[in-house]
Amino acid sequence: MATAVEEQAGGASTVREHVLDNGLRVLILEVHTAPLATVWAWYRVGSKDEGPGLTGVSHWVEHMNFRGSTNIPREKVKGIIEQYGGYWNGYTWIDQTTYTETATRDALDRMLFIESERMGSCLYDPADCEAERTIIISELQGGENDPDTLLDQELTATAFRAHSYRHPTIGWLSDLQTMTRDDLYGHYRRFYVPNNATLVIVGDFDADAAMRDVVKRFGGIPAGDVGRRPQTKEPEQLGQRRVTISKDGTTAYLKIAHHAPAGDEAEFVPLLVLDAVLTGAKGVNLWASFRTPPPQRSARLYQALVNTGLASGVTGSIVPTQLPFMYTISATATEGTALDRLEDAAVAEIDRVARGGITPQELTKAKTQLRARLIFEDDSITNIAHQLGYFATIGRWQDFHALPARIDAVTVEQVAQVAARRLAPTSRTIGWFSPAAAQTPAAQTPAR
Amino acid sequence: MTVGHTTATRGLAPSRHVLANGLTVLSKRTPVTPAVTINASIGAGSVFDPPESSGVAHFLSKTIDRGTTSRSADQIAEALDSRGVSLATAVTRQVVSLTCTCLAEDFESILAQLADIITRPAFPAAEVNSRRSEVITLIRQDEDNPATVAVDGLMDALYGSAHPYGRKLRGTVENVEHIDGAVLHAFHQAHITPASVSLAIVGDVAPQRAVDAAGDAFLDWVASSRPEVQPASLPPAHARRALVIPMMNKAQADIAYGFTSITRNDPAYYAYWLMNHILGQYSMGGRLGDSIRERQGMAYYVFSSLDANLLPGPLMVRAGVSAANVARAVASIDAELIGLVNDGPTEQELIESKQYLIGSLPRTLETNAGIAAFLQSAEFFGLGLDYDVHVPGLLQAITRDEVHEAARRAVDPSTATVVVAGPYDGSLS
Repeated sequence: MATAVEEQAGGASTVREHVLDNGLRVLILEVHTAPLATVWAWYRVGSKDEGPGLTGVSHWVEHMNFRGSTNIPREKVKGIIEQYGGYWNGYTWIDQTTYTETATRDALDRMLFIESERMGSCLYDPADCEAERTIIISELQGGENDPDTLLDQELTATAFRAHSYRHPTIGWLSDLQTMTRDDLYGHYRRFYVPNNATLVIVGDFDADAAMRDVVKRFGGIPAGDVGRRPQTKEPEQLGQRRVTISKDGTTAYLKIAHHAPAGDEAEFVPLLVLDAVLTGAKGVNLWASFRTPPPQRSARLYQALVNTGLASGVTGSIVPTQLPFMYTISATATEGTALDRLEDAAVAEIDRVARGGITPQELTKAKTQLRARLIFEDDSITNIAHQLGYFATIGRWQDFHALPARIDAVTVEQVAQVAARRLAPTSRTIGWFSPAAAQTPAAQTPAR
Repeated sequence: MTVGHTTATRGLAPSRHVLANGLTVLSKRTPVTPAVTINASIGAGSVFDPPESSGVAHFLSKTIDRGTTSRSADQIAEALDSRGVSLATAVTRQVVSLTCTCLAEDFESILAQLADIITRPAFPAAEVNSRRSEVITLIRQDEDNPATVAVDGLMDALYGSAHPYGRKLRGTVENVEHIDGAVLHAFHQAHITPASVSLAIVGDVAPQRAVDAAGDAFLDWVASSRPEVQPASLPPAHARRALVIPMMNKAQADIAYGFTSITRNDPAYYAYWLMNHILGQYSMGGRLGDSIRERQGMAYYVFSSLDANLLPGPLMVRAGVSAANVARAVASIDAELIGLVNDGPTEQELIESKQYLIGSLPRTLETNAGIAAFLQSAEFFGLGLDYDVHVPGLLQAITRDEVHEAARRAVDPSTATVVVAGPYDGSLS
């Protein structure tokens, strides 16, 4: 029924990989530090797989998959994992949709049962679809209360013209208002098949017994055909782009994006190092990295923007993705600082590193920071399992374990090459959230 | 070196040492990863802000690590950044905290840095001025955030501007303009003393190594302590109040609906905890989530929270809804509270919430940061080193009648204060 494909040591433990006959990939890792177990179910479908009129469908489907299944009636959903002291959640992003439970180890089979139901037999009751429509519109509008979120959405849609990474994962409002129950169910049935999924199980259990439970719960779910998944390649950007949001508010925000390599490209890790030099190392865990501030007080952009009083904060965002996405630098202007002044200072630093690269001392510091962050990110079974599933979904799970060696191997020359190529002005998109009417919109200053 | 040494023998079994100068060291070895979390909790939160100058504790949290008498801000930044360490400073109404995680091999060195920061901050003028513009920007962002505006409005309505819980934690722009190095030094001298610091060290270091390092790092620090006096508690409201703060540039309205509650040492605390969990926490937001999110589809988030502290903090219901649904959402909150006040929880609800809160303890204590936060909370409220062993029994002992009584005392809608901030300019009852 299940074939062991590969085993790889990860620290003191060993990840075991199996592929069931129906194509479900299973990653199992015993970790006996706490009496807990975690399950993550990953689907290779995200907002990049959505076409016109259906933006946001992947995220909405994620919401629907918490609303009951054939063997978990709607009224039994509440408490199904909480009675084990457990936590469950899910998220959707551009490449992936994923679900997680973490609970005491005696709940492992319960967690597998929930995920097998989620894969095979969710209900999509029409009334529940309508309730989720307004919940998601509330989620969207809550996000739009935040100028930073609004600007990020506009920036992404400006940096990408053709590729479907351009639309927000939550979707455009008109699509959320018009999508039907059949649209949702069709998306669910197409992509929620075992051969499009990876199941990750980590914790305090016996791996052989856990694998038997997996086969029992998932072995009978038939494989499906997800069909052709064409992706328009984003054409090369030929010149700098700008977007300005003019809206009431109290604070001005700046974002500068450059096109970034995919997670498995050779340039990705040098760019990770470059970001550590510019804004401090974040690590590579979308689930956990951004909850802890990076070590950044000595980083170049912090020194140039925050220590000079131009910005109250600066962040860099570079995340491994399946296809080339963005490297985004964000800064919040301090009160009284004009956005063009903040932009000039940020661009001067970006151009400086693009011209001159980084120093050996900066490389050493960035590597130390990244090494520490990778260790800190391994502090819970939930995080360990997330990383295995994340990398399996955008590429190969072994890529996560290969990261320390890739980071160690980065040279000053590689970072300089990446900086020169990736931070070129022609690859740049600049976004302003400009709250004050007195500030001149960038579009009216063509000399810039 | 140490004057007190206690180790719990069951459960989490942390160690507790009190240094000769009065500083408390809590430690727990967890050899899972070669990392250590250091969490310094200092009883110097915003309740100790001078009445005429709210925001001092917050300003101090932004400047305490920006230079000491022997090291510049850049030197500190370089020492931390070069080891991959980020120091997070935070302030609540009760404590200032400094937290970081480092590799075990760097532990002594990082702890020494932290001790220098806590005991000998210099508050250099240039740094204070830079951070002032940062703090003012944060205040301006708060003013543009309906969630923050609603909660600040509720705290002001519940406690009044004469009480530190009623004032904004970050202060006002006008206050912050007047905070300088002298004000910060005076606050530091008055409130940050060895007796006000509790240090939790959790990770791949043995307790004795943790205590030795703490002893070395804080050895020279001698400062006299004075008893910290908490502000007076306020009588609860007797009438319903409503306040609308229009923010017509926003997409969604935030509701903050609440009451003053109880202190952490109130005998009814565990009944309140369970009551709040049933009302607005369990699964997708308890009874409130069932009604407002799951059944009516009105809100992405709705929940309740309880801040039973040294003072009776708020019990607060929060929700984000469209302007068209504000009145319906408030009416739905009223209805859920009336149901809980009139009928209490069901036996099933009580069993489920107890199961969850007890069962979730191993998750709470899985990470070094989680253990450190748990130890600090137990220390702050004097719950004992073996609190993790006792808490299941404390929860199990609570009866349905006790939870019902907590609801009657705590969440009567006729005494609620309701604040709405967002694209809404209608009236509220």
